Amino acid sequence: MEEKRASKQCGGVLAFFIGVLASLVIGWWVFPQVIYSQKTQPIDFSHKVHVEGEGMDCESCHTFMEDGSFAGLPSNEQCAECHEDILGESKAEETYVNEYLNKDVEVPWLVYQYQPDNVYFSHMAHKGFECTDCHPDVGNSDTLPTYYENRISGYSKQTMKMWQCERCHAEVGTSNACYVCHK
Amino acid sequence: MQQIEFDTKWTMVVDIDKCSGCGSCMVSCQAENNIAPMEDGSNKLKTLTWMLVYELNNGKEFPERESAYLPRPCMQCGNPACVPVCPVVATTKDEEGGIVSQIYPRCIGCRYCMAACPYHARYFGWFDPIWPEGMEKALSPNTSTRPRGVVEKCNFCHSRLMDARARARAEGMDPNKLPDGWYKPACLEACPTGAISFGDSKNPEHKVHDLIKDKNAFRLLESIGMDPQVYYISRRDWVREQSDNHLPKDKH
Repeated sequence: MEEKRASKQCGGVLAFFIGVLASLVIGWWVFPQVIYSQKTQPIDFSHKVHVEGEGMDCESCHTFMEDGSFAGLPSNEQCAECHEDILGESKAEETYVNEYLNKDVEVPWLVYQYQPDNVYFSHMAHKGFECTDCHPDVGNSDTLPTYYENRISGYSKQTMKMWQCERCHAEVGTSNACYVCHK
Repeated sequence: MQQIEFDTKWTMVVDIDKCSGCGSCMVSCQAENNIAPMEDGSNKLKTLTWMLVYELNNGKEFPERESAYLPRPCMQCGNPACVPVCPVVATTKDEEGGIVSQIYPRCIGCRYCMAACPYHARYFGWFDPIWPEGMEKALSPNTSTRPRGVVEKCNFCHSRLMDARARARAEGMDPNKLPDGWYKPACLEACPTGAISFGDSKNPEHKVHDLIKDKNAFRLLESIGMDPQVYYISRRDWVREQSDNHLPKDKH
């Protein structure tokens, strides 16, 4: 009798721990995977070929406009300055020229860093920093990282979070007033 | 609450005698700030008009009757009544320039700020913003759209200030000392009679620095001490008299 009760108690504890473990696995491993959908870029673009092979730097393609706003990604017009015809032998370039440039369709790149609608970000104000202080170091990489899209919000997982902006602003001594970043 | 003194003070000066009441400022404001077409524009309790033109008259019968028009943006008060009442710190006056911020995702829609604002400058989104098909392509990237259920208001087209600062940085100038005319709200640009002036009233090189010292310059409800950053000018006594609630024997 005494022994039976002891084993019963033990079974209850076991079930509890299995429950905790299952919750932890779901909360920390399953859910984060389910909430983000994985997407790949439309073209297998290599930054490394451009940076190391052709000696270009970030500003060669990601330029500022005259009024201080940031042009962001290069358009077909910019790419065509070199890629009017197929230059190399890579499959990716062939796809780009045939599927996008010749058909006059802009490439629907997935941007890892796009901020929500209510954020105002000025690249000009952050010009003193290295690009890689905030962006992934794609310049030294042959492949593009997988794009994780939040299924609920539709935003990228890799984008800079508000606490990161605020922490750097506090460290540098810049104002953290709402309207410094929000619109 | 302690009033913060900023080095710059973005100030709007409206010359009421030049305003013809055409409503261009209101229209350009709606376009610039992505305000969706109203469900029922005649229901003034539920419309969104960050900039609103009021009609004033001298209360007399023809032929002595006179009218005037008073455009009313957010006053960006020095002592804003809306800020201390906000339970979630969705609205603050803490940025250089003194523009009162309103952060829509943080707003819970309690509307304390609307009750507190003596100028009725704040609006509550009663309906989902819906644009007729195709019109959503004309949305401005300068202002974020708001969902139903939050409070919104004029912010002197704040992203234009940010754009002007970016331009100053690009040209190697001090972004906190913008030249006169670099930062202009949409209402000013649309005004056909040039009734609206805008600039930094603490910078002697800006036109508004002198305009606010004009002997006919006044602010709305000055007696309650909100210290607004919007000034009006009128050479007509009866207009100036309507700027505040006075007892018959008050001197003003």
